[in-house]
Amino acid sequence: MSFKDIIKQYEDFNIKDHFSKVTLEDVDKSLKKDKLSENDLLNLLSPVAAERIEEMAQLSHKKTVQYFGRTISLYIPLYISNYCSNGCTYCGFHAESKMKRSKLSLAEIEEQAIIISKTGIKHILFLTGESEKATPISYLVEVVKLLKKYFPSISIEIFPMSVEDYSTLKEAGVDGLTVYQEVYDREIYKVVHPYGRKRDYDFRIETPERGAEAGFRLVNIGALFGLGDIASEAFYTAIHAKYLDDKYPNTEIAVSLPRINSAENEFEQEYRLDDQTFVQYLTAFRLFLPRVGINISTRENAEFRDNVLPLGVTRYSAGSKTEVGGYGEQDDDNVPQFDISDTRSVDETVKMIEEKGFQVVKKDWELINE
Amino acid sequence: MKIVVNGKVENTDQDTILNYILEKNLEPKTVIVEYNFKIVKKDTWNNVKIKDGDNLEILNFVGGG
Amino acid sequence: MDILKIGNKEFSNRLLTGTGKFSSKKLITEMLKASGSEMITVALRRVDFAAGNENIIEYIPKNVVLLPNTSGARTAEEAVRIARIAREAGCGDFIKIEIITDTKYLMPDNEETLKATKILVSEGFHVLPYVMPDLTYSYKLVEAGAAAVMPLGSPIGSNRGIRLKEVIQILIDNIDIPVIVDAGIGRPSQAAEAMEMGADAVLVNTAISAAEDPVAMGKAFSLAVQSGRMAYLAKLAEESKTANASSPLTGFLRE
Repeated sequence: MSFKDIIKQYEDFNIKDHFSKVTLEDVDKSLKKDKLSENDLLNLLSPVAAERIEEMAQLSHKKTVQYFGRTISLYIPLYISNYCSNGCTYCGFHAESKMKRSKLSLAEIEEQAIIISKTGIKHILFLTGESEKATPISYLVEVVKLLKKYFPSISIEIFPMSVEDYSTLKEAGVDGLTVYQEVYDREIYKVVHPYGRKRDYDFRIETPERGAEAGFRLVNIGALFGLGDIASEAFYTAIHAKYLDDKYPNTEIAVSLPRINSAENEFEQEYRLDDQTFVQYLTAFRLFLPRVGINISTRENAEFRDNVLPLGVTRYSAGSKTEVGGYGEQDDDNVPQFDISDTRSVDETVKMIEEKGFQVVKKDWELINE
Repeated sequence: MKIVVNGKVENTDQDTILNYILEKNLEPKTVIVEYNFKIVKKDTWNNVKIKDGDNLEILNFVGGG
Repeated sequence: MDILKIGNKEFSNRLLTGTGKFSSKKLITEMLKASGSEMITVALRRVDFAAGNENIIEYIPKNVVLLPNTSGARTAEEAVRIARIAREAGCGDFIKIEIITDTKYLMPDNEETLKATKILVSEGFHVLPYVMPDLTYSYKLVEAGAAAVMPLGSPIGSNRGIRLKEVIQILIDNIDIPVIVDAGIGRPSQAAEAMEMGADAVLVNTAISAAEDPVAMGKAFSLAVQSGRMAYLAKLAEESKTANASSPLTGFLRE
């Protein structure tokens, strides 16, 4: 049994039909509950629940403070390679793009690590394009060993792997895995992933489970909003997180709600997640998943990030660059994966969070090894 | 000959488990017998010969929560 | 139909009973009839030659599933031995593991219980371990293949009700196999409380057998269990928690 089997049970589920029957009373009932069922989640994701957005925000804020305290943990991403063998139609790094490819040497990574570590943030997320050839596991292990000198907590966002390979990286010092399904709708998934290993939907959807089984402490999932029907994608993301949270009590689960940034690859967006609905979904996630971490990246602009801070968010990226080796002085032709909307520095972000009355966590833990 | 039954040493002249059970006025279908720490099936009780020094554990079901 | 599945058997009645401490064995038959309980515990003991032997099994109708317990066991090894004997005696594959070394409160030894569970599951038993409510141990029991977990509500025979409520609630919320509250339930209202919390079943022995009228008390418990279960399924109305809006958090969306 894996989430692949769970989501199959929803093949004939029509969320729009379901929403047409949800009333405001249903939403109010769900809001009074301490433990929300899947049905309550659907009530809160439904269009009528938009009328209760302020109530949802208040409850979400309360619940987040109850479970996480007034803290926001910061992480910083480092792109180390943009070689990619997939054809994701929405991504600037896709295999057929004529962009200049690069991959950092260990020396270059160390330079970047030094710059980043000066910000005081001790959680790093390093990313590659999905190319096993350009960034084989032997290289990744070396990267981890190197980063370990500067960062007690290392997360990865790389090509999906087997449990064995994840275990190897865990041994080397990785403690977190970020892997997005991108889109839970099987049909759309096929269309936007025309070739490459990523085309295998089932392998992708079971990746978070393999990560948890390898023993990562943190597994972060998400859908890229803009690819499929937004309500369905939100629903599947939430039940996926719930499934993982229930099945792997030793793993911390987190979700992200990345929205397609239209500057990427001129992707024609049929679906769009507007700010109001974003807030509704974010707070619905919190009420349905009180213990799950929620990430907001610098894809979102500074003003919006400031506003959603008290609504249920627990992790922020800060001072991000999405070009390979983007920290420090740059060449002009270095292409970012997506455009950063919140371009503030780490210090500016920290200042904002503290002004909002939250404590910034730049370092959450350090594993003590013999 | 001397045998141990339910932890106590006793003398018996009975040659098989079945005869021993019957001698004690026990209803065979209500008891379970371990012979030298191995359960013996009821239908073989007649064939299991008791020897000097054997250990018998005779159990039955009682009330319990 | 609201069916409870334990091991390979399905139950429509969620009251499990026990055969201990009845003043007359005939009452067991009547109590089972009155309560509709479909599973009952029995214990194994050395035959008392002086008292003669009366077969308790005879008093239990064939349609009621026997749940032999390993009471008296102090180690995993002893529990395993008792379980094997019980099966050999024709009691079926269900076994309640009860391993107790603490003679003061009769609290179960979770560590030995986990060991015994692993062995007995590998031998094809449907194992129902009686445990101190502990989430981590319960996860391990699930992983070991237990058919249910049976946390105690309060010490055996104490009739103090669900004193370990908070932890038991956590088990109910997180454990995928049936959670059966065993021990400590002294009144039908406490059985109903356990069921309202979402327990899959309760096991009640002394509170029934030691009642002045065990047959009527068996029925009273059965009704309480049904009532609590129904309330759980009907989803209790939550106590109202009004959001005391201090300053609006979503004002920015309307600007």
